[in-house]
Formats: sequence, C-alpha cells, structure tokens
Amino acid sequence: MNKSFTQTFTVSGNNFSDAGKISTEIKMILKQLGINSDIVRRVAIASYESEMNVVMYACKAKIVLDVDPEVIKIIVEDEGPGIPDIELTMKEGYSTATPEMRELGFGAGMGLPNIKKNSDEFTIKSDVGKGTRLEIIVYIN
Amino acid sequence: MKNSFRSIGIDKEKCNGCMACMRFCPTQAVRIQNNKAFLLEDLCIDCGECVRLCEYKAIVPLTNSFSEFSKFKYTIAIPSPVFYSQFGKDAKPAVLLAALKKIGFDDAFDVACPSEAVSIAIQEYLHTYNGPKPLISPFCPTILRLIQIRYPNLLDHIIPIESPMEIAAREAKRLKMKEFGLSKNEIGAIYITPCPSKMLSIKYPPRKKHSFLDGAIAISDIYSSALKVLSNITGNAETDEIHGLGLGWPIFGGQVSSLKAEDCLAIGGLNDCIRIFEEIENGRLKDIQYIECHSCPTACVGGSLTIENPYIARGKVLRMVERYGTQPCHDKKYIERLYDRKYFSLPGKLSPSPIEPLDKDISKAIQKLKQKQKILGLLPRLDCGICGAPTCASFADDVIKGMATADECIFLTIKKFETISGNLFQSAQKTSRKVRKRWERGNNEIE
Repeated sequence: MNKSFTQTFTVSGNNFSDAGKISTEIKMILKQLGINSDIVRRVAIASYESEMNVVMYACKAKIVLDVDPEVIKIIVEDEGPGIPDIELTMKEGYSTATPEMRELGFGAGMGLPNIKKNSDEFTIKSDVGKGTRLEIIVYIN
Repeated sequence: MKNSFRSIGIDKEKCNGCMACMRFCPTQAVRIQNNKAFLLEDLCIDCGECVRLCEYKAIVPLTNSFSEFSKFKYTIAIPSPVFYSQFGKDAKPAVLLAALKKIGFDDAFDVACPSEAVSIAIQEYLHTYNGPKPLISPFCPTILRLIQIRYPNLLDHIIPIESPMEIAAREAKRLKMKEFGLSKNEIGAIYITPCPSKMLSIKYPPRKKHSFLDGAIAISDIYSSALKVLSNITGNAETDEIHGLGLGWPIFGGQVSSLKAEDCLAIGGLNDCIRIFEEIENGRLKDIQYIECHSCPTACVGGSLTIENPYIARGKVLRMVERYGTQPCHDKKYIERLYDRKYFSLPGKLSPSPIEPLDKDISKAIQKLKQKQKILGLLPRLDCGICGAPTCASFADDVIKGMATADECIFLTIKKFETISGNLFQSAQKTSRKVRKRWERGNNEIE
C-alpha cells in the first residue's frame, strides 16, 4: 500500500486573481491530517511564495504535493524564462519584479530566500528559456 | 480551554428541515437528519447567521431572560453601544440608559466610554509592540473562535487587551459594591447584546477563568419594553450625555478611526476575514499594524439580535459620533497611567481548538484522506444537499468520519430510486385513471 498522499495542482502565469488558492488548498490538506500548526505555517509560506513566483514570472507550472508520515514534499515545475544566475536570486532583496508588482506588495526580493528559510531541504534547478524546478522538503517531526 | 458551549440551539419541534441554515452556514456546521437540523458543535463558530435566516424561528439564541437574574440583590444593565442606535434618530444614550432602569434594572452602565479607554490602551500597546504583525482585534467572539479552530497559527496576533464590556462590568460592580456594601456575588452585571456570540465570551472568556458579566439579554428581547417607557423619560441635561469616540465602536471601522494610528485595517464579514487570515498565514500584510475584524459585514450594528436595519443604525451612530464623539470622555493621561498599571492587560494564553484531524495517527489520516478523495471523485459534485450535508465534499468527510453512509447520496442509490419511482409512477397511474373517469362523469352530468 502506498504510504503517501499525492495531489497535483496547476498554476497559470499572470493569473493574479487565483493567486494563493493552491497554498490555501495545501493548508486545508495538512490541517485535515493533523499536522502541527507551525509546520503548516512554514509550508504555507513556502508554497505561497512559489505559487506567486509562477504567477509573476512563468507561463504555467505544475505543483505536486506529496505527504508521507515523515515528510512533506512540494515540487514546483514551471515553463518559463528560467533563472540565469541562481546564486544572485537567492540573495535577500534581489528582485526582477516590475514597479507594478512591487506596488501590490510582491517582488521585494524575498521570495526564494523565504522559501529556503521555511524548508528543511531546498533544491532549485533552472534551464534558461525552458523553466525552473523547485523541490521543497519539510520534515513532519 | 476547549469549550463545548454553543450560543445557539435548535428547537426540533419548530425545525421543518428546510435546509436554509445548512446551505448558508459559513463553516458547514449544520447537517439535516430525519428532516431536522443538527449542529456539529466542533465546527460552529457562533456567528448567528442561522438565527437570522431561519424562517421557522427554530434556531434559538441561548441568551438569558430577565427572570433568570432574580437571584441577584442588585442588577446592572451593561448595554452594547449598539443599543443606542436602535431607537429614534435623536434618542440620546443617557435617556436610553434611564429607560433600562425604568424597565427593571437597578442601574445601567455605558460601554462607549470604556470603549474609548480601550482604544487608548490599544494605541499604547501598538507603540511598544515588537511581536508578529499584524495584530488582530479580540472583541468579536466569532472571529476569535474562527481563529482558534482554523488559524491556530494566528493566536499570537490577537491583542491581549480586555474588552470594553468586561471593563464596564468590572467598574460597575466595583462601584456598587462600595456604594451599597454588597458582595460580588450579590450584584448581577447583564450585557444587553446585539448577537448570541457574546454569550460564548461570557461563559468562556478569552484568557481568563471568569467573566465580570453574569449573562446577556438580547436587544431584540427588551426592545419593546424599552420603547414603551422611552416617551415617559424627560431629557437629561446635555452635561449628563455620554461622550467620546467609543460611541463609534459598534460600526464598521469604528475601532480603527478611534485609534488614530497608521496602517490599520477594518474587515467586515466572515469571508473577507477568512481571506485576510489566509494572507497573514502566508506571511503577508506584515506592514499592517492592527486589523479590526468583525464577523458581521456591517459590524456589531448588524448582529442577529438587533432590531434596526444595520445601515440605518450605522447612520444613527455616525450622527451620534458627530454630536458627542468629538469631546473625549476620559483624560488620556489618566488612561495611560491605568494602562501602565496593567489595568487593561489579559495575561492568560489563548488555546487553539483545531478541527479534529481525520485520524490522530498520521499514517491512518493519510489513508483516510485518500479514501475521502476517492469517494468525492464518485459523487456528482452538485451539492444538492439531499443527503443532509451542505456539499459533496462535506458529505465525503462525514462518510470517512462514520457520520454518514455512502448510500445516503441519492445519486449513488439510483437503483433504489428507480424502484421507488417505479412504484410511485404505478400508483400515480392508478389514481390518474380514477380521477379522469370521475372528471368525465362529472362533465357529462354538467352538460
């Protein structure tokens, strides 16, 4: 028997009106499983920031949530411009957001560092012109 | 503290199972079984939406009646400032307090003035606060319960300051104990409430064991008696009038405008509050200092136990603020000193009361969630409500929790339905034949 629960979501770029829906759904799932509220909050922030990155910069993405009794894993795979210099984007405050995005309170250059800060393991791979893949892992215990 | 008290009850005699409450309950806490509504108490947040909706008056607010307070030697009415907005547009707060005394209370104490004091206390708290932002107002018991159930993460954001109604009751009791040499238990402080949820906060006060209030009577329950005596009360001198910014507290934005602090928001209505709480949980809105949250879209003047239309009541409150609100009722420096002496502080902790997970064992919970998704996949997703649950998703949840069986879905038991409908059709056919014969015979006779 497969021990884990998996659900796949899709996000489209530029769809600001739906932004945040997936992180809300992920939270609902974790709350039903009785996951500790501090962990829910970390996953919420990490998934919300990833979702927002897709909305702001990519064309579309697939987000896969996988929960087993020990680990919560979120994989975000987008089709988009990719990131030329990952090291630079991981720096707090670095951002390529437009002034309009900043006006909405996004793009303060905290997205990726925030995701990393809230995950126990974090990997990022990017192909310029093709897309970016994030893997976020949070331990349940 | 996990409380099992709910401030509403269902009168099974009056309930006809119409589903209105089930469909509109914002937390999907109502089910219909055997044609009667029942409440899932763990999910209910005491918002009173069902009290407002039920045409059969089957959903009863569990507020008190006047006779329940006969055990007290001395009774003090503590009316919510909403009370001032329920009568004529020129009705004065001081006259309305006098009306309460006329209908049987020994005394009546204003809550608008303590509200102004609480506004000053909040300002002081905001000045020195360094914790997680934004801070959330603690005064709507429904919002507090929503956070305890769904957003335990945000409990740290709730400002630990005593509510105006508690401060009014504490002061009133203190004064009267001194004046008449009575003990605390001999004086009853009774809130005149615009909504049932205040009962929750009296029975289970946040961050402390006992409320200073001894119960609450609905505004709608004393309205007509207050109205009758009003015309007999001659106007008090203008100097006796209630003043201060606290008069604006019962309307949307009233708290925020009394704060005179930057970066504050007012949110009305459960759906919008939920959206804001989701955002805070996602780590946003950190630049906002304070959020005034109300379960009712029009704030307390829109409570389910009020009489006046909430928009008209709002207009009256604004008028009152214009006339009496500019002159403060407290010396700010005095209130600040009280604040420094922790007069407004609530040191206790707020405990979460999260919805039960599908299983305490996470491996089992995961399997149950998978089963639930599978069941949901089989259901029609029409949210017809015939099974007695408001949505297919809540029905799937009920099935997994053992509260319902899958064959209660009419679409899954279409076979049963076919047999029943077949029988029905046959009997209808028979009756139809009889009726038609009778009709033809009757027609012939008339001709």
